[in-house]
Amino acid sequence: MKRVYVNEEWCLGCHLCEFNCAFANSGLSDMVLALKGKPIYPRIHVEEGDKIAYAVSCRHCEDPMCVKSCIAGAITKENGVVRIDSDKCVGCYTCILVCPYGALAPGETGAMQKCELCLQNSFGAPACAAGCPNKAIVYEDRSPKTSPVDDAAGPACY
Amino acid sequence: MDQYVVIGNGVATVGCIEGIRSVDKESPITVVSGENHKVYGRPLISYYLQGKTDLEKMKYRPDDFYDKNGVKLLLGQKAASINASGKKVTLEAGTELPYTKLCVATGSSPFVPPFENLESVKEKYSFMTLDDTLALEKALFPEAKVLVVGAGLIGLKCAEGIIDRVASVTICDLADRVLSSILDTECAALMQRHLEKNGMSFLLGDSVARFEANKAFMKSGAEVDFDVLVLAVGVRANIGLVKDAGGETDRGIVVDDDMSTTLPDVYSAGDCAQGPDLSIGAKRVLAILPNAYMQGHTAGVNMAGGEESLKNAIPMNSIGFFGLHAMTAGSYEGELYEEKTEDSIKRLFTKDDVLKGYILIGRNERAGIYTSMIREKTPISSVNFDILKKAATTVGFDAAARKKKFASQV
Repeated sequence: MKRVYVNEEWCLGCHLCEFNCAFANSGLSDMVLALKGKPIYPRIHVEEGDKIAYAVSCRHCEDPMCVKSCIAGAITKENGVVRIDSDKCVGCYTCILVCPYGALAPGETGAMQKCELCLQNSFGAPACAAGCPNKAIVYEDRSPKTSPVDDAAGPACY
Repeated sequence: MDQYVVIGNGVATVGCIEGIRSVDKESPITVVSGENHKVYGRPLISYYLQGKTDLEKMKYRPDDFYDKNGVKLLLGQKAASINASGKKVTLEAGTELPYTKLCVATGSSPFVPPFENLESVKEKYSFMTLDDTLALEKALFPEAKVLVVGAGLIGLKCAEGIIDRVASVTICDLADRVLSSILDTECAALMQRHLEKNGMSFLLGDSVARFEANKAFMKSGAEVDFDVLVLAVGVRANIGLVKDAGGETDRGIVVDDDMSTTLPDVYSAGDCAQGPDLSIGAKRVLAILPNAYMQGHTAGVNMAGGEESLKNAIPMNSIGFFGLHAMTAGSYEGELYEEKTEDSIKRLFTKDDVLKGYILIGRNERAGIYTSMIREKTPISSVNFDILKKAATTVGFDAAARKKKFASQV
């Protein structure tokens, strides 16, 4: 299955992915209207250190701790994609407590947000990767050839 | 074909069902539920009173979860005994359920100390189940004065849940601080100030000597008038079924890292189970929801003939009140790294080249990076801890570790 991967050697640290993400998930068709003068709540963030930068978003883990830990049953994994139902989320932050990648953060309403690969918004595929000027973010399949169907490992029998 | 029986219907049971079904899609599963409800997110009961969720959203799994997983759900039924040699469970109603593999996921029950004259109090409630919550809700009214006995996680979440629906909430606890099971004195004081700012009153280091109808007489001599009493002193693991059947029990039902009990083909998971705790290297009841799910899942996989073990369970909590979140994990031993501001505290504990535990109040973004270091025993010498101690960031890991995390499938 395709997921978002980063090549940190290529990342310019330009943060454009954060803006593309916030825009893609805004539901609006005009980027300026969606973002200008407003605090943005992207589901990807650029980590920066001494001479390194790279973008971090949900890894859609084979065995996602967030799914197992959500007190509301709001996080599920279906067809390999980890999703959050923000209506069910009560903002307890347990997913932040357990995510090894730091990939979840509260959105504007206080409910948690995470990358859902833009599969449900008008972009249909990750806007971060599509808009990355240096191909430091890519959307591709790097599953080990022997790996079972993505779903098999997760609690996805509902 | 196997015949699986699970006693209890909480989150551990969901983990167990999903664990079984990851291996065995066919064999029948029977779930015995004392409560008359399908599974709900138990920690959501305070959010329900607060109006942040409702009965529909509280459902931990969709309504068709049981059907889709081939589960026969017996609601409102309690198990009376386990016959370990005959491999059957007898229900209080007399029904016998034969099993090939059994999981005991009976959770815990409120512990009520013998307060003098508690029977004189008419409006008294526990705060564990949805039914407790609905009963408490009926007793609330805008002019009500509420006394909560217990300033732990349950008592304080209850207090937060009801504070806007009543006139006052007073919380007392024998301990000298709030959240004494997870916070040290200074961290507890910060949280207490925040709770007081939001309207809660405290009587700490004090306990009720006796009740007289709507009044509590404290050991200190203080007197507290109340309309509604909430008892949230603590919980006890429900171990009776396994203990009576001859299985090893302590504070909880003793299990190995595959969740097997000492009884043949009997497993246990969730708040009733006492399993390995990596942070202390011994077995302990870890009554937290993520652990319940993971233990249940591990039990289920092994019941169905698969192999799974839970070797890195640790105590960990995320609890927020009025917008201030406290996250804690592991054990508080070793060398301390600390950062403090007026309204935040960060404490990291390191020992023997690993992160042992932390307390983070107020600033807890990406805390899971720390949690994973505790669970995976990441050597401090393998990371740039000068960066990591200041902020939970994967930049502190070396290039190979970052590549594994972000350039390959995990």
